[in-house]
Amino acid sequence: MAQTPKIAVAMTVNGQDVSARLEARTLLVQYLREGLRLTGTHVGCDTSQCGACVVHVDGKAVKSCTILASQCEGAQVVTIEGLAHGDKLHPMQEAFREHHGLQCGFCTPGMIMTAVDMAQRLGTPDEHTIREELEGNICRCTGYHNIVKAIDAGCHEMAKGQHRQAAE
Amino acid sequence: MYAFTYLRPGSVRGASKALATKENAKLLAGGQTLLPTMKQRLASPDHIVDLSQIDDLKNIEQKGRRIVIGAMATHASVASSALVRDNIPALAALAGGIGDPAVRHRGTIGGSVANNDPAADYPAAVLALGATIHTNKRKLAADEFFAGLFTTALEEDEVITKIAFPMPSRAAYQKFRNPASRYALVGVFVAKRGRDIRVTVTGAGSNGVFRWSEAEAALSKRFSVKSLEGLSISASGLNGDIHASPEYRAHLIAVMTARAVAAA
Ligand SMILES: Cc1cc2nc3c(=O)[nH]c(=O)nc-3n(C[C@H](O)[C@H](O)[C@H](O)COP(=O)(O)OP(=O)(O)OC[C@H]3O[C@@H](n4cnc5c(N)ncnc54)[C@H](O)[C@@H]3O)c2cc1C
Ligand code: FES
Ligand code: FES
Repeated sequence: MAQTPKIAVAMTVNGQDVSARLEARTLLVQYLREGLRLTGTHVGCDTSQCGACVVHVDGKAVKSCTILASQCEGAQVVTIEGLAHGDKLHPMQEAFREHHGLQCGFCTPGMIMTAVDMAQRLGTPDEHTIREELEGNICRCTGYHNIVKAIDAGCHEMAKGQHRQAAE
Repeated sequence: MYAFTYLRPGSVRGASKALATKENAKLLAGGQTLLPTMKQRLASPDHIVDLSQIDDLKNIEQKGRRIVIGAMATHASVASSALVRDNIPALAALAGGIGDPAVRHRGTIGGSVANNDPAADYPAAVLALGATIHTNKRKLAADEFFAGLFTTALEEDEVITKIAFPMPSRAAYQKFRNPASRYALVGVFVAKRGRDIRVTVTGAGSNGVFRWSEAEAALSKRFSVKSLEGLSISASGLNGDIHASPEYRAHLIAVMTARAVAAA
């Protein structure tokens, strides 16, 4: 087979500048998982349906299976690996642990990235809104109740953190 | 997904030139339809022309009695735009009901309208509001733009640059969502502007979005749910699939139209 030409791509992932020469058809999720070995971002469906692959690109939740790495040229990308500070979990991660917001854990990275985006846009949404906002994230285990509880708690924790920051 | 060459022009002119000169080239906007289609190998362009670096395509502005939305404005930005929410709230609500938050962060109005999926939401709004589609070459009225399933009046090297929506006095969109795909099983957009009343239906027509002229005539007498009483639409020419029969879709059209008029 003919060699497919590669193109240079540079972006920031979890605060670190990274660059690579990639085939143009490389999806962001492929680059993250196979290129950077950041395997926390999962591929559940590869058809844009399940949300297991959600990461943040320039501060917005997107499905990393439905965006080319080359479309992220110059972008700030945050994955599930970028949330914790060392051993200290992000408040949303902590809330998922506290409220048993996961069973097998496969959907969890995408759920948490979606939840953090939700908190950033909406503050502390009510239960109905949380469920609507989870439209693009599918979980095959939990039945969602504890995920919704966890997100509610996580949003409140994040809001408190912001108040603390604002007060300081 | 088959391999392709990736191009990122800095201007609409550059994008149009790439379409005209490169073999089998396709525009990439939000990629929320095109990339899944390429993964399924239902599309296999040799050249991908990414519009994302053309900045002025993202603007949303008011021009007189019109709201003008750039082709690259995302569903999320239309849903949250104060200009759209204040002047055409039905359009903001429609955009906020497309897919899910991640799809809305990437998907664009230009991509949706160019794609003309028979179950997409935006075509119903563009046709009901009597919007004008601006391209790099000309301006097209909504009535002459949509040309059947996944088909539009766009030429090979034509790029949608913006869509201008006149402000209606009353408007509402009601969507019966397919719970699996999130697209419209049936969606009805009702708009009143002066004496012009339009009722458009998406999700149901075997030829894509269409105007329900009987309902428009009935509402022209009096814009009220009562005017629709006893009115029904024939199931012939409507889609049937595993999700809904043509008869069920016909029923839903009447129900969604009444709800839209009540909400407008
Ligand atoms: C999970 C999921 C759920 C969805 N749910 C819905 C839904 O409920 N309702 C709905 O309406 N849609 C839905 N969509 C589709 C979504 O709205 C897409 O964003 C939209 O259809 C295409 O827009 P895009 O910007 O992603 O275009 P792309 O996928 O980039 O492009 C689509 C087509 O338009 C062409 N094109 C793009 N921009 C232009 C332009 N400026 N000028 C000319 N041609 C252009 C491209 O060449 C391509 O052929 C869903 C998608 C997904 C993945
Ligand atoms: S893997 Fe991306 S949405 Fe399922
Ligand atoms: S915890 Fe198993 S898929 Fe959600």
